[in-house]
Order: sequence, then structure tokens, then C-alpha cells
Amino acid sequence: MNIVWAIVVLGAMGILFGILLTWTAKVFAVESNPRRDAVREVLPGANCGGCGFPGCDGCADAIAEGRAPVNACPVGGADVAKKVASIMGVEAGEEEKKVARVVCQGGTDNCKTRFSYNGIHDCVAASTLSDGYKTCKYACMGLGTCEKACPFGAIHMDENRHIAVIDEEKCQSCGKCVAACPKHVIELRPISQKVDLACHNPGIGKAVSANCQIGCIGCQRCIKACKFEAISMVDNLPKIDYTKCRQCMMCAEACPTEAMKAVFEDRQVAVIDPSICVGCGACKRTCQFGAIQGELKVRHFINDACTGCGECASVCPLNKKGKKCIVIRTRNRPRDPQAALPVAPKAAPAKAGEAKKD
Amino acid sequence: MNVYLSMLIGYLLVNNYVMCQFFGICPFLGVSKKFDTALGMGMAVTFVITLASFITWLVQTFLLTPLGLDYMQTIAFILVIAVLVQVVENALKKLSYSLYQALGVYLPLITTNCVVLAVAINNITDGWNLLEATFCGCCSALGFTLALLLLACIRERLELSNMPKWMKGSPGALITAGLMAISFMGFGGLI
Repeated sequence: MNIVWAIVVLGAMGILFGILLTWTAKVFAVESNPRRDAVREVLPGANCGGCGFPGCDGCADAIAEGRAPVNACPVGGADVAKKVASIMGVEAGEEEKKVARVVCQGGTDNCKTRFSYNGIHDCVAASTLSDGYKTCKYACMGLGTCEKACPFGAIHMDENRHIAVIDEEKCQSCGKCVAACPKHVIELRPISQKVDLACHNPGIGKAVSANCQIGCIGCQRCIKACKFEAISMVDNLPKIDYTKCRQCMMCAEACPTEAMKAVFEDRQVAVIDPSICVGCGACKRTCQFGAIQGELKVRHFINDACTGCGECASVCPLNKKGKKCIVIRTRNRPRDPQAALPVAPKAAPAKAGEAKKD
Repeated sequence: MNVYLSMLIGYLLVNNYVMCQFFGICPFLGVSKKFDTALGMGMAVTFVITLASFITWLVQTFLLTPLGLDYMQTIAFILVIAVLVQVVENALKKLSYSLYQALGVYLPLITTNCVVLAVAINNITDGWNLLEATFCGCCSALGFTLALLLLACIRERLELSNMPKWMKGSPGALITAGLMAISFMGFGGLI
């Protein structure tokens, strides 16, 4: 009988307390922000701190309270920003994904060593010793401090050349390597930027070239080569305005030292569809490289001088109407302004024939 | 009246639950880094212990003893304490979110804190009546708060002092707590 009482008494107490708790929970109910939890769900959850907040929870709090923009997470990129934006009910800004790039080509093949460094295998330690062991004091140490800082395994060291190499596929642009590098040779740059200066030595002339074969000597030839006024000199170094740059890569062609580095394999080229072109001449007048040939009212064609800047495609009146008269695609052979031949002679034999008749 | 006065001095100083009986050491060391948080924790514990003393006395006198369920004392008391802590947590979340965040994990830990259960059980074994039990609970909790606040004040000062690196933080706090316990022994002959 005793045990029955025990069950009854404790059971009754339990039920009574349960009711009490439910009542207090209702009285003291706290409205939690449902959007905050939804934002937290969308964030990657790596807790890398790249956003500047303490982990993904802190970032979600900040976004929900409006203290941070919807694209605050650099790791998630545009995808996450879009999802967060739909939760928060705002448009995501067109923030392009960035990647970390090494702003130095001073591997030991280009930049000699001054002495043999046998100290701690760490860039910070090495750079305190007489500004590092390379002849250029701005050069990448290549001892792997950024490699250790990278939470995504996107950086490895070229052991022969002693320079950091970044895998852009793996890079999540969290910016930890940028903060870790004692030489400040890593910068976050837009992923679509295929041409940029890969040197940050502010010296000019021999002060640079004596130390490194491909350092920027401040000759300003790139500025003269740029047809879009996208380059300006800052601290004796050319700085590209990414909003103006059209990836024509003429600056890289003009550079005498290869300090202005371009991925020429990714260079674009414009191609005119002969079946659509009416020969209005708008593209020919716009082209700053003399790459478009053809008489008025006759189908135009583009020769090998094309740099793929895309100006012609943006002014073509037929393109504006939604037709694909001028298409920009990846170039399949190197640019050759001397040859000045049609890019795709096989595809447009009729066009060439007509041009001859006229 | 004399009983209440001696109870106040007794549980505040002479038989201080933390300093002389070594109950509730976890929050004593955990929440004593800042005076404000220590005060908040002290208030929360005072509320819980006072109310728990009141309710557990009623439960013991009118439910457990008449029905011969004294052996269920521990589990019944824990049930009461757990519910009270949950109520306090709900209320704090609504009324003072900053304090709720500052107390962090130590707030739910009051549930399993020995000082709360010890006070409730000691009230019964000491044979107090309802008013005395409640007052005793309140005094014991104030004693806990006093010890907590004293340590918080000392630790705030220690934070600024030039201590050896290996003494900073927990080691220093533990030694301080030990010295405090020794000094509380001085109240021994008071009543």
C-alpha cells in the first residue's frame, strides 16, 4: 500500500509542477526571432570567424538584428547571401565571390636568396630576421604560415620555389591567410579578375629589378596600354579599378617584366554571327584595337587582334534587341595582332567571299 | 526572537554553508569573476533556496511524514528544486536577459547544486517549524551570497594585481577560497 501512495503522491506533485511550469512559460514567454534561427540554418557552420563575428551564431544574430549585411558570410558567397536575403526579405547585393591571391611571383627562380635561412619554419619568425632571406624584402617567404592558417586546406607551399600557391577552387575567401601573412602578399580579389598586378614592391626601376626579375618597376606602360582608364598609380604600383577593367589583358601584354600577370588561357574573343550581322558598323567604330573589319552594310568579321574586351557586344544594336550577333567566348588560340586574320574562317566562308566581291 | 537572531548570525557567518560546510563550491568558483554576476547569482540562489525551504517543509510535513514516505525525501525535494529553478530561469529570461546570459550554465546547475538540497534536508532534520525553516533557508542563502560576493570582490582586485602567471585564474581563486575559509573559522565561538 505504501508504494501506491508513493506513486500517487509523487505523480500528483509531478502533474501539479508540470501545470505550474506551463503557466510560467506562458507568462514569461520570450519572443525569439524566428528569422535568426532560419539564417543560422543557412550559414555554412564552419565557425571560421571570417565574417568578423564570433562564429556562425554570432553572425546570424548580427544579420537578424540588421547589424550585418545579408552577404556578411564571405565563405558562403552568393548562394548563401541569396538564401539569407530571401529570409530577411531584402535583395542581395551583387557581391562577387572573392578568392585569395598571392601578390608576388618571387619564387627562388625569380627572386634570389640573400642567405640560407635555417631558423624556425615560419614566415613571421623568418621575416623578423633582417626582413627575410630573399633579396626582395616584400617577397613571399614561402614557409607556410598561411598554409597553417587556412582552415580549408586551400594553400600549399611550392617547396622548390619557396612560394605559396593557392587552390582557387578550395579557397572560401575567409581572409585568414591575409591576416596571417607577415609580408602582406595575399589579397582577396574578385574571382573573375583574370589580370592583375602580382607584385607589391613600391620601389621603382633598378631598386626592384636588381632584386627580382619580374617585379614591378613602376614604368607605367600598363597605364598607357589600358584603353579603359582602369589603371592608376598608387605608391609606384599600378592599381586596377575592377569596375572599369574589361579583362582585355593589354596591360599584361605591355608589361616589360611580367609583373602584370594575366591568365591568357582564359582570354576572351568576340565572334560575329554572319547570319545575323547586317553590317551597321557600330562595332567597328567602337573597337579600340582595330580588330573588326568589313565595309558598311556588309557583314563584318573579327580578326586576331581582338582582345575580348566586349565593347562591341555591348554597343551592337542587334545584341540590344536580344539577338546574339556578337558572342564573347573563350579564345582557342593566342592573340596575334599582326596576322589580323578572321578568327573563324571556316565558319564564315560566305562572309569572306562577299567581302571580296564588294 | 532570540532564535531568529542566532539563526541569522549562525547561518550567515558561523555555519556558513560555503565557508564552513563546503557546499555549493561549483557556482562559488564559477560565477565569482565579476561582482555584478555574483550578485545576480546570489539573488537567484536566495530566491530558490527560500522558496524551496518553504515548499519542501510543506511537502515533508503534510505528505511524506503522514504517509510514511520519508525515504522518498531526496527525490521529492529534487523535484521541487528543479521546478523552482526552471521557473526562475523562465522569469529571468524575460525580465533580465543580460543577467540570464551572464549566469549561463550555472543557472540550470542550481538544480543539482548540493547547497539547495542540503538546506532543505537540514531544515527537516533540525526540526524547525514552517516559519523557522523558511527563515533558516533565507539566512543560509544570504550566507552563500555573502561568500560569493566577498570572493568576487577579491578576485576583481586579484585580476589587476601582478600575480605570477601560473597563479592567475583558478589556482589563485582556490587558494583565496581556502584562506577565506580559514578566516571564517574565526567566527567559531560567536554563539
